[in-house]
Amino acid sequence: MNKPLTEHIRSDGEAVSMEDYLKLGGYKSLSVISKMAPVDVTKLITDSGLMGRGGAGVSTGFKMSAVPMGEKAATPKYLICNADEMEPGTFKDRWLLEGNPHQLIEGMLVSAYAIEASVSYIFVRGEYKLAIQRLEKAVKEAYSKGFLGKGLEMHIHPSAGRYICGEETALMNALEGKRAIPRSKPPFPPAIGVWGKPTLINNVETLSNLPHILNNGIEWYKALSKGVNAGTKIYGVSGHVKKPGAWELPMGTTARELLEVHAGGMKDGYKFRALLPGGASTDFWLEDKLDTPMDFASTAKIGTRMGTGTMIVLDDKTCPVGMLLSLEKFFKQESCGWCTPCRDGLSWVAEILASFERGEGQEGDIAQLERHARLLGPGSTFCALAPGAASPLGTGLKYFRDEFLRHITEKRCPYADHLHR
Amino acid sequence: MLTAEEKSEIEHEITKFPVRRSACLEALAIVQKHRGWVSDEALKAVADYVGMSATELDGIATFYNLIYRKPVGKKVIRICDSVSCFIMGYDKVRAKIESELGIKLGQTTPDHEFTLLPTPCLGTCDRAPALMINDSLFRDLNEDNVAQIFRHE
Repeated sequence: MNKPLTEHIRSDGEAVSMEDYLKLGGYKSLSVISKMAPVDVTKLITDSGLMGRGGAGVSTGFKMSAVPMGEKAATPKYLICNADEMEPGTFKDRWLLEGNPHQLIEGMLVSAYAIEASVSYIFVRGEYKLAIQRLEKAVKEAYSKGFLGKGLEMHIHPSAGRYICGEETALMNALEGKRAIPRSKPPFPPAIGVWGKPTLINNVETLSNLPHILNNGIEWYKALSKGVNAGTKIYGVSGHVKKPGAWELPMGTTARELLEVHAGGMKDGYKFRALLPGGASTDFWLEDKLDTPMDFASTAKIGTRMGTGTMIVLDDKTCPVGMLLSLEKFFKQESCGWCTPCRDGLSWVAEILASFERGEGQEGDIAQLERHARLLGPGSTFCALAPGAASPLGTGLKYFRDEFLRHITEKRCPYADHLHR
Repeated sequence: MLTAEEKSEIEHEITKFPVRRSACLEALAIVQKHRGWVSDEALKAVADYVGMSATELDGIATFYNLIYRKPVGKKVIRICDSVSCFIMGYDKVRAKIESELGIKLGQTTPDHEFTLLPTPCLGTCDRAPALMINDSLFRDLNEDNVAQIFRHE
């Protein structure tokens, strides 16, 4: 099976060195792009069908083509790698950052060439200490080999923390040294971005795809997939399964294959109850959705989202209300506080869920939570944080209604004697 | 108020940005690296140095969870309380740490050795539950092995 992004990542935990990366054909895509006009690189990436791997699934080429080109475009233009991985349950970018930092730098060089960016930043999770150390070393090496410095500057910004920094416009504010509050859109970052200049922001996994697309062409890239969208995808599974982990697989691999084959099924003594397909901001799926190909188009078709593709499995021994409380406490804490539905609504949601866990839940509380799930949904808030929080909340209320009722009638968490208390 | 070493490190960070004040988070991180936390005095010095008011910088500093505006212990334990760690037994690990150290989340031991803080997802969910002690990551934790970590640290 073809695993272009991860095949060279070492099993001993060390990063691929510059020397080894070059031996393996690293930085070869730079000679491919040198024979192409920048707009042709963008067109190739658009035609490849690459969709952003950060969770939203927007066409990468489409985003690139929104950057103004030509002599009249404002300069400098900025390229930012969003390496601020903090979506609960998501552990894919850490693997690429620690395992093969040069692949990311090469991808950034390709992207920067296409949009004619002269300055780039890697906005990396502050807690990813090993990744930061390896990126610093790799960037230094890329400068000394002359890949960086001539046309492109590259800097590393370790984030000072907060989930909201992963939102593109909040990230730009954080990079400018401000509170990380999302900006109004439009204007979108490609038109007016960081420091008011054209800015393109892409996820680590997205950028790591670029050298391979340039080296091997779009037909090869599309053939990697067995789903509707092109390429491979880094999927992961966490929870009480036999072999939790992350794997690079053809885009469109089903949730069932991930769970039953790659993760080895449920751990003995645990039964499958539900899963979140791609991080905390996605809908709960019950067993009936397990045969859905995990790609952006197939999940959209059934009215849901793949998110980051790293699934979180809920078993029969973990309290679904307790899991929702963990999720909503996270969103409440990480709300930047800028707009009211998110700032106030999420606090109430977390408080009501906590009251269920204390055995103080009341009949009307379920309807109140349903109301919040609706009011926090798309269209009522400034950014996608609250709609993300509403996804597991809305589906959780629908699927686990009996569990909420048990908390009310038993006046306690029915799972309190098990694992978590 | 800032040492020569702090100033030179901050100057180096400033070269990465088109605007001097954009380096304020880097500057706070540098001061924190040398002093353990960011006192009111240090905050004022950084604000003057990068060219903004102390009030504005405090608004920025308090927004971010990796900038400490209160003293912390020599070792800061950040335990992940997000969903995968919750499923895999975060509560038990946290309770064990709290009883070993005699402190709750948000508190520092009387000898200023340890501070215990919660953190969002550390991105190592296949090896949950996880925590960090300063820059080191510990994973696959349970009630038994978590006590071992403190004996080594």
